[in-house]
Amino acid sequence: MAEPLMVVESLSKHYPVSEGQYGGRTVGYVKAVDGVSFTIEKGRTLALVGESGCGKTTTARLVLRLRTPTGGTVKLEERDVHQLSGADLKWFRTSVQAVFQDPWASLSPRMRVRDIVAEPLVANHRVSKDEVRERVGVTLEKVGMQRWQGDLYPHEFSGGQRQRVALASALITEPRLLVLDEPVSALDVSVQAQVMNLLKDLQAELGTAFLLISHDLATVRYVADHVAVMYMGSIVESGSVDQIFETPRHPYTRGLFDAALPTHPRNRTEKLEIKGEMPSPLNPPTGCRFRTRCPQVMSICETVPETIEVAQGHRVACHLFTPEWS
Amino acid sequence: MSVRNQPARFESDTDEALELNFDIQGHPVRRPWWKVWSKRNNRVPWVSIFVVLFVLVLPALLADVITTHDPLRGVLADRLTPPFWMEGGTTTYPLGTDKQGRDILTRLIYGARISLTVSTITILIGAVVGSTLGLLAGYFGGWVDRFVSWLIDTFLSLPHVLLALVIVAAIGPSFVTIVAIIAVTIWASFARQVRGETLSVRETEYVARAHVAGTTSWRILLRHVLPNVANTLIVLATLQVGVVILEESSLSFIGAGIPRPNPSWGVMVADGRDQILISWWISFFPGLCILLVVLSLNLLGDWLRDFLDPKMRQRGRS
Repeated sequence: MAEPLMVVESLSKHYPVSEGQYGGRTVGYVKAVDGVSFTIEKGRTLALVGESGCGKTTTARLVLRLRTPTGGTVKLEERDVHQLSGADLKWFRTSVQAVFQDPWASLSPRMRVRDIVAEPLVANHRVSKDEVRERVGVTLEKVGMQRWQGDLYPHEFSGGQRQRVALASALITEPRLLVLDEPVSALDVSVQAQVMNLLKDLQAELGTAFLLISHDLATVRYVADHVAVMYMGSIVESGSVDQIFETPRHPYTRGLFDAALPTHPRNRTEKLEIKGEMPSPLNPPTGCRFRTRCPQVMSICETVPETIEVAQGHRVACHLFTPEWS
Repeated sequence: MSVRNQPARFESDTDEALELNFDIQGHPVRRPWWKVWSKRNNRVPWVSIFVVLFVLVLPALLADVITTHDPLRGVLADRLTPPFWMEGGTTTYPLGTDKQGRDILTRLIYGARISLTVSTITILIGAVVGSTLGLLAGYFGGWVDRFVSWLIDTFLSLPHVLLALVIVAAIGPSFVTIVAIIAVTIWASFARQVRGETLSVRETEYVARAHVAGTTSWRILLRHVLPNVANTLIVLATLQVGVVILEESSLSFIGAGIPRPNPSWGVMVADGRDQILISWWISFFPGLCILLVVLSLNLLGDWLRDFLDPKMRQRGRS
């Protein structure tokens, strides 16, 4: 096992739900993220997959320190990210960068590309104008763009080019961790492959670790080393990409893969079907959160399942795998 | 920029041609702004621009040069002269004279100066105060937002004319008083608009990205939020010029505005009120000026709003 870069432990974000005007009284909590733990290894990719609304993006925002968690810790090289200040915070801001989902929304329409790319650099370091120019040029070339394109505005680019600009901006400080929140889902399929290949090449070249948030299983399989499957704010299964894709254990994970189209029509197999919608996060089911939709639901599922290691590094939170039952 | 062998081309874009040209060696050349502008929107409201320029701005700037009569002191012998095309009119007084024998055209020109001065000053004050408060409220939220929102609601619910009358009754009419009164009443609309825009810009991914990049809140406000609400601000300011001119005229009309004998358009309309049936030109021409200028400014503002909308520049995308 490689060295851990970021360790996330029982991270939670509960949003209070209030009634009435001007704050009013709190009537409950939406547990957007509820006790999530994972480890990102240096230079490797961890993919976080799940349906919309399962808390992937909130987790990313907590990791990026854009939101304050209500519980748990995020540690980057053993330092608690949410306790940092001053120079340590600058260190964090240069070590962790992000690429967001929508390249149409993630670049300020009023800034030139070169200022956008230079932003993480000038925000954290004292650098001369010439040096900024040089680093911007080098970084733009690294993502397959040309130097002079730095003089243009974002609206003069296509979606794939914009995502390259966002990537260049994220890479300029040579971060150790890059959080990719659905980096390609807004792009055309042909451009998706380009960007994913670019990401893989850059990882090999720079040794940056990725936290990839995605609902696209094909992308995940192509890029990720480890996968964590989220459902309603918790991780239900995690393991290496082979473990998850070859031997998925949790009924939700299996349902998720079965919902994806097979690569060949003859490969169609008996399907594990997930029925219905995700329950309201305001009023989640007791015990196992998945039991309302699970095809293999049992009476014990009304209690919260423990996370069990079914193979080296392969963890499942499901009663089907509790020793006394299997 | 160095000479490159390959001509530069974009992947799959269609309207780069709009803002970029390429020279013989393949270097990108930004088109001059006037070409970009005329391509981007060819329905420029020239009539409105013309009216604002020739009825408001140029007369205000050149009042001393282009007038020959005294705007304040008239020739009593020539009182109530009709416009030149009517019986008894002379070209000495092209638009006639009022009951004190003052030239209407001259007073209109000096009136434009008053309108322009009042609206420029009040809008500068209102926009600076209003957008600062709006930015802070929208960006920081919490008690700042609650306080500013409360202030906005309070000021927007005050009856302006009544307020003006009370203040004028207390301290007397003067140029400074009217500027202060109007500024107090218009900052709130700037604050409300900017607060709303800031709320939506604050949630955009580029602001999130700036946070991740380590940019400080103040810098984000200045570099990311302000430029992206600037369009709204420009449009609102243009529309507010009309509102302010109307408000100044109304206040002057009821005597709570620019003190006589200064030739504010509102004062002029009020002066001709009791002779409207006989000497209609005294009230008619200043009224026409108010109408034309306010209407043109509104049309201009509407056009600016469409024109400055960044989505207009990305037509056919996303």
